[in-house]
Amino acid sequence: MTQPGSAYFIPEGESPIIRTTLAVIVTNEPGVLARVVGLFSARGYNIESLTVAETDHEAHTSRITIVTSGTPGVLTQIRAQLGRLVPVKRVIDFYGDGDAVSRELALIKVKGTGDVRVEAMRLADAFKCRIMDAGLDHFTFELTGSSKKLDDFIDLMRPLGLVEVSRTGVATIRRGTETI
Amino acid sequence: MYDTETESQTMTSATAQTAPIELTGAEILVRAMQEQGVETIFGYPGGAVLPIYDALYQQEQIQHVLVRHEQGAGHAAEGYARSTGKCGVVLVTSGPGATNAVTALVDALMDSIPLVCITGQVPSHLIGSDAFQECDTTGITRSATKHNYLVKDVNDLERIVHEAFQVATTGRPGPVLIDIPKDVQFKKALYRGKPNDLSPNYRPPTNPDLIAIEKAVELMASAKKPIFYTGGGVINSGPEASRLLRQLAAATGFPVTSTLMGLGSFPASDPQWLGMLGMHGAYEANMAMHDCDVMICLGARFDDRVTGRLDAFSPGSKKIHIDIDPSSINKNVRVDIGIVADAGKAIAALLAQWQARVGKPAQIADWNAQIDRWRARKGFAYRQSGEVIKPQYAVERLYELTRNRKTFITTEVGQHQMWAAQFYRFEEPNRWMTSGGLGTMGYGLPAAIGVQMAHPDGLVIDIAGEASIQMCIQEMSCAVQYGLPVKIFVLNNEWMGMVRQWQQLLHGERYSQSYSHSLPDFVKLAEAYGAKGIRCEDPAQLDAAIQDMIDYDGPVIFDCRVTKDENCFPMIPSGAAHNEMLLGDDGQDLGTAIDEKGRQLV
Repeated sequence: MTQPGSAYFIPEGESPIIRTTLAVIVTNEPGVLARVVGLFSARGYNIESLTVAETDHEAHTSRITIVTSGTPGVLTQIRAQLGRLVPVKRVIDFYGDGDAVSRELALIKVKGTGDVRVEAMRLADAFKCRIMDAGLDHFTFELTGSSKKLDDFIDLMRPLGLVEVSRTGVATIRRGTETI
Repeated sequence: MYDTETESQTMTSATAQTAPIELTGAEILVRAMQEQGVETIFGYPGGAVLPIYDALYQQEQIQHVLVRHEQGAGHAAEGYARSTGKCGVVLVTSGPGATNAVTALVDALMDSIPLVCITGQVPSHLIGSDAFQECDTTGITRSATKHNYLVKDVNDLERIVHEAFQVATTGRPGPVLIDIPKDVQFKKALYRGKPNDLSPNYRPPTNPDLIAIEKAVELMASAKKPIFYTGGGVINSGPEASRLLRQLAAATGFPVTSTLMGLGSFPASDPQWLGMLGMHGAYEANMAMHDCDVMICLGARFDDRVTGRLDAFSPGSKKIHIDIDPSSINKNVRVDIGIVADAGKAIAALLAQWQARVGKPAQIADWNAQIDRWRARKGFAYRQSGEVIKPQYAVERLYELTRNRKTFITTEVGQHQMWAAQFYRFEEPNRWMTSGGLGTMGYGLPAAIGVQMAHPDGLVIDIAGEASIQMCIQEMSCAVQYGLPVKIFVLNNEWMGMVRQWQQLLHGERYSQSYSHSLPDFVKLAEAYGAKGIRCEDPAQLDAAIQDMIDYDGPVIFDCRVTKDENCFPMIPSGAAHNEMLLGDDGQDLGTAIDEKGRQLV
């Protein structure tokens, strides 16, 4: 098995890169997000998306959802390193978990008049967007779905006057009655 | 009448203990530290901690040691912690006080040393305004500590202080910082007393998984060429772990090697002892690590100074790794059995399982014979000849003349540190204090001060180099102030020896900036501080000079003039495996011993 890196030996990078979603349950205290984010930058891990909000006011806990990627060894390290942080209560890895649903929300502003405007609205309808704001020369759509669906829609809007995108990052939860 | 009075007095004091009392933040901090059993703290006052210094002034249980630089406070607290197993405590002011302590915090983080560092902060309403001596202490130290706190409400202070000691000393130990704004130090709150229960916020597991222990013992029982690879985790677990390790080694008959951090947990006089392993480790230890078939790693972390080239590290062995930190397992080296546990508890479980299952030492005569052949190679050999003292000889004589005392050794960082590790033989844990992970020059003198504070009757020696010692030399003043008879044994070769060695081996003998120019006269320097200075350049007079140093009741700087161009061997060069050590005496062309790829590595 290939060994991970050290100052002595730079591996050739044979291991496959895997993308996964982690849910990190933390005590909601000042600086906790900086700790988590700082850990990723200090140890050279990737963050592709990050979502955080308080989920239980009584228990004083927040849930951080992180989409990250790396070799299987790096992902194991990420979980272990997150687990070392004092305010981190639990780390759940949704990798390969077919029973988890992930959703993301985007607000997408498209500017234009005439045919492109009509086309943008048709596509928005096909993607089941909601129109949050509209004017004679613009629309702001709200779209919820998988990150892939959001990517696809944003790509379609590019030639149709896309001017601004705001995305929330991914939220993930397990199907069924089971909780984490 | 008399009885009644006594009774009523008892009742009063009992009530005083249980009923919450109103105290200022500074008093709460001091009270909580007293309840945590703190006896000594190392610090330096300043504007943002004056209320705390005022509270310290009005009590007697905690002695404050005034250092001369905040980095010194941190290292002194580390020395105190490592020699006692207790938590070291540092108290410094805001801004520069905090930033100066950062090196020591990272040092403690890398070597897993329990510290609590109290920093003052500007008053709450000034935070973020770039106030005088303000810095973002919790931001700066977030990656320099195991955990840190900014106390915004005086009502949280007591809980935070008790929790900080718990976080620092349990699980994998490390430094914890508490940043206390000055207004919080003045505000009043109720003090309730140390809680009986541990804080639920931090409960790392310490007991080993017994099924994994059974599998580990099964693997150990099948071994033909086993080895114990032990580390600082055994020392951090407490003296009981070192005692159990000796029992486990005796019960199994397996040879034992240790990291730099773990020296002393297994006695160097034991025939099963192989010496330290790693970049400058013993020939027999590294060869045995490379050729073993079962490796049992107890409280060590497969650091790059230990493993050398990873893809050639002990290629034929099954590996068992016991560590209290889950992130250490499978981090650098893939292991076959990983067990998250306290080293002492895991060793006890391994021992019990071995006794129940095997009951007698393993039959490994062939392996022991092979090890004896490696020992016969004498990897540490050097020749003391001529009129100049060899540094190895100096450490060896120091060992011989101090071995029968309660001796504690601290070091700075560099060649002298490796010679100390190679030639000073430790029999007990907590007697060896050195900066391993971070490699902090300047560590040894303040650490020695911390050790001497904890062990007034001990003989505390800082084995130093002439370059390193100048990084925290100001603490001489601290040693003199508190009458601490620390001995600074400087192996003076007028070079930053390890830098010079690497430049010789890796950079075509271009000695860029590694010569120690304009050195002070160390004897006069000692005298200027009010200490004793001794100089020795003659091997024939070395013993008498060392004896002078030991006999002097006060701090000493010993300027030991040694060979200028001696190299530290054996050496596993960058990019090489354990069985490719360079030895000092085998006539290799040192300029070409390390290939182009190896030169790029650290």
